[in-house]
Amino acid sequence: MLDRIHDLYDELERQRVMLSFKGSLTEDLITALLGLVERKMLAIEPDARARKRVFNVVTECLQNLYHHNAHLKLADGQAVQTTDPHGVVMIAHADSGYSVLTGNFMAAGDVDRLKTHLDKINTLGPDKLRDLYRDTLADGQFSPHGGGGLGMIDIARKSGGKLEYGFVPYDKDNAFFSLNVNVTP
Amino acid sequence: MAPLQLEGSPKTPHVNFDPETGLLELKGRSIPENSIDFYKPLIDWIDKYGRSPQPKTALHMQLEYFNTSSSKCILDVFKKLEAIRAAGNEVTVLWHYEADDEDMLEAGEDYAGIINVPFRMIQIAEVDDN
Repeated sequence: MLDRIHDLYDELERQRVMLSFKGSLTEDLITALLGLVERKMLAIEPDARARKRVFNVVTECLQNLYHHNAHLKLADGQAVQTTDPHGVVMIAHADSGYSVLTGNFMAAGDVDRLKTHLDKINTLGPDKLRDLYRDTLADGQFSPHGGGGLGMIDIARKSGGKLEYGFVPYDKDNAFFSLNVNVTP
Repeated sequence: MAPLQLEGSPKTPHVNFDPETGLLELKGRSIPENSIDFYKPLIDWIDKYGRSPQPKTALHMQLEYFNTSSSKCILDVFKKLEAIRAAGNEVTVLWHYEADDEDMLEAGEDYAGIINVPFRMIQIAEVDDN
């Protein structure tokens, strides 16, 4: 492990990762991570709108990770149960903007619905996304955590680009979901 | 009835609802994980206030950030105001947004398009939160 610290550092530096976290997520930890993101953005990004959009996207991504989480982690290649939601998040600063990458285990049974939702969002331009957001907001349906299907639509609107995603089937009950959101101000 | 006053936190807005003046204020950021828990007392308060409201009620919304978990709760707040207005009272939402924050202006316009209450969009100088 010791000799890989340099490689890990080198890789994070090459990818221009400004924040990375892997592990259990609690509400307090999300608050702390958001505080770090906000301070870092204030230091490096002069454009207030870009700062806000990145902060918004990170907030939604972390809260997605928190709410839609199978409470699993990998231990020696096996998925094992965790008490808190578990996942990975990385925020990278590229020349063209910022990337917010998240990964977590989710219920395999939800994959098709999420994929359909993301594919639909990716076909829509800014005006249609706004219409979909407004229609979803107005429909009066609440999900258990209140968002009611608005999260990914909002992420796509703030991103200004297509949502890049992937699913790795894990076992019959679980899949690993990866999402890359490019925020290009 | 008693006013509703809550201090702001890193994830929840400052709240000041005054039943004597009809002035309601929500200010700061609204990004809690479970917004329903946070908004339930606010919505209950407005519901109760609506039974004997002031002739004029004004809600000042001055949010820097809100998450999608808060979006529908905020809509529910507006729906309560819509009912107060439908009962023959004057109700206004004053939607404050920072200059250059077009996303926040659009969010206000989206609510204004759904809710039957007059909205006034008020541009404010960028808040320096350093």
